[in-house]
Amino acid sequence: MNFLKRHPNLTIGLAGTILFALLGLISLVWTPYPIAQIDIARRFLGPDAAHWLGTDNLGRDMASLVMSGTLTSFVVAALAVTIGAGIGVPLGLAAAAWGGPVEWLVLRFSDFLFAFPAIIVAILVTALFGPGAINAVLAIGLFNIPVFARVARGGALSIAVLDFVAAGRLPGLGPASIAYRHLLPNIMSLIIVQGTIQLSLGILAEAGLSYVGLGTQPPATSLGLMLRDAQSMFLIHPWLTLVPGLCIVLIVIGLNIAGDGLRDAIDPRLRQVNANVVA
Amino acid sequence: MGRILTGAALALAVAGALSGAALAQQPTEVRIGVALEPPILDPTAGAAEAIDIVVYQNIFEGLTAIDENGAVQPGLASSWTISDDSLTYTFKLHEGVTFHDGTAFDADDVKFTFERILAADSVNAHKELYTDIAEVSVVDPFTVSFTLSKPVGLFLFNLGRGDAVIVAPESAGNNATTPIGTGPFAFVQWDKGNRVLLERYEPYWGELPALTKASYRFIGDTAAMTSALLAGDIDGTNNFAPDSLAVFEGNPQFKVLVGTTEGETILGTNNRKPPFDNLKVRQAMAHAIDRQAIIDGATYGYGTPIGAPFAPHNAYYTDLTGTYPYDPDAAKALLAEAGYPDGFNATLKLPPLGYARLSGQIIASQFAAVGIKLELINVEFAQWLQDVYTNHDFDLTIISHVEPFDIGNYANPDYYFGYDNPDFQALIKTLNETVDDAKRKELAIEAQTILAKDAVNGYLFELAQTGVWNAKLAGMWQNSPIEGLVLRGIYWVE
Repeated sequence: MNFLKRHPNLTIGLAGTILFALLGLISLVWTPYPIAQIDIARRFLGPDAAHWLGTDNLGRDMASLVMSGTLTSFVVAALAVTIGAGIGVPLGLAAAAWGGPVEWLVLRFSDFLFAFPAIIVAILVTALFGPGAINAVLAIGLFNIPVFARVARGGALSIAVLDFVAAGRLPGLGPASIAYRHLLPNIMSLIIVQGTIQLSLGILAEAGLSYVGLGTQPPATSLGLMLRDAQSMFLIHPWLTLVPGLCIVLIVIGLNIAGDGLRDAIDPRLRQVNANVVA
Repeated sequence: MGRILTGAALALAVAGALSGAALAQQPTEVRIGVALEPPILDPTAGAAEAIDIVVYQNIFEGLTAIDENGAVQPGLASSWTISDDSLTYTFKLHEGVTFHDGTAFDADDVKFTFERILAADSVNAHKELYTDIAEVSVVDPFTVSFTLSKPVGLFLFNLGRGDAVIVAPESAGNNATTPIGTGPFAFVQWDKGNRVLLERYEPYWGELPALTKASYRFIGDTAAMTSALLAGDIDGTNNFAPDSLAVFEGNPQFKVLVGTTEGETILGTNNRKPPFDNLKVRQAMAHAIDRQAIIDGATYGYGTPIGAPFAPHNAYYTDLTGTYPYDPDAAKALLAEAGYPDGFNATLKLPPLGYARLSGQIIASQFAAVGIKLELINVEFAQWLQDVYTNHDFDLTIISHVEPFDIGNYANPDYYFGYDNPDFQALIKTLNETVDDAKRKELAIEAQTILAKDAVNGYLFELAQTGVWNAKLAGMWQNSPIEGLVLRGIYWVE
């Protein structure tokens, strides 16, 4: 408890994030109304006791849509981060542990992916494999790979020169064992912080892809798709865009504050390390 | 000398700028927003309405012209006579007509046009409308006669369609990208993905239109169209998404024109493919559709319910909306009888049109209630034309059939929904050959009834035309009795 009090950023950020994540998780078992249930007679209702956030242009319950949409956004972003970290971290560690041609290859691969703006990569993937939530995951995950590879390599390089790593070499550990047993545990906090930030970027990316029609497809929903559906009516029913828009803003702010707080909380020295990463 | 010339050029430029300012107060240019970009610009080589929106009666003209009320008026033919047996039509052509490339128009062009339509390698979307033409003969350079193998009830109307506009042998091959016709507007350029520019054709044979320039901007997104209208980037659109119409209603700078179209919006069903080849399944789908909910949800009440693919404002219309009324229980019972007690899964391909995408979601919800689970697949228009219209690779789709009197499509077993009913084909044949109006009406009603009972497609609603225009523009067609957006009558007031 004291820990949380000392880190108000983390507390606020985590609380907001967990609140939305819980809303999303609850939608798995319960939403006030089924999200695919269309009832034209009750459309464009304002918020009231029966529909906490009102109803949209097809008479769907906005609160239910937001819950389900939040889940989609979180799942897509979390899977994308998993893909990015799952492939990027080993690549980065390998680059740091082996050096030489391996490092060169990993760095050039990262440069190559970085050379394309993330959204272009995403549009390429969805254009090749068709729009849909799964392809959005792949697309966002793909541009997460170099981010994690860089962070892992940077963190690992600064650890690799320390004495305990050299000590690890004495009993004959190879680069793979060094990376796994000494480097990975020591950069874990870095990865977690980066993961939190990538999560918020992933949610934005999912919203962006769905907004241009390449992400989640109806009857499933996501916050970006809700924005897209509502935008043509923005002048008449601004509420329909405000609700998903504000949700995205709150989630992203929550995750970013949590990421910052996490960085402060886990290890003050990491700031130093991270500065090296950026440099 | 150089300096004097420069001075003269400056003076000219200033004068030009001044007259430009004067012109700005009396505009003669119109910029029109349309949702779909045409795949090509040759109306005799494609079925897309987007082609006719740009070219029909603007760039290209037919022997006859369809007016705002759907009536046949003289076009390139100034007059005609019909033989007593309704088999020979003799047209007197206007003299002094030129194509936009300067070549003269005469009877040979007419003969060429129809031979091109009827040729074995013709790509005309409605060749079947003209197959009863046995011979086109040039009597003299300005008289042409058509001999029909049997009477065709709608012959004069068919000559006025975009499919039968007159093209020249010199230019016909390039019409897909650089259309050259005889109309009051000549093609200037096509910036793909952006706009098509037209310019008044000064040597036009008829009355010159008030507009000197027209451009069609392709804006697929409703929000972008709304912004373009509000910002004055475009002067109007012939069909605006009804969901945002409220933005312009009551705004004195705009006028909203609500009229009828020939667009029967259907749930296109692939009759070749199981389970849709089963009449009971199609009847079940018809019972599962709540038309009023779709009309309210997708068109904001601007559509008219239909029970057969026939326009409600047509004199031959009969109300068949009660054939399979909304009844989810009856739908479930029919599905069980057909061997699908738990329903089935199917895909629904939706073109990028607001009414289609919205109707799709509503129908998916209505079908889910009876056990039919639809996967919605949004496709771009070119892909829709290829997958659905050409390759017949689909289960269900939603589209509006905007051609007038297009019930004949159902007599074509190769049409994309694949309805093959010899009795219906015989009936349409009889209808086409019948000239007597009362008899035609009887046959048309019989045809509608067959299609309603067979539930070939889900018949949803007749699309309304909801145009939004600058309040100072006048002369636009309120109704759309034929595909097209005819510019010749449009002018700026004040």
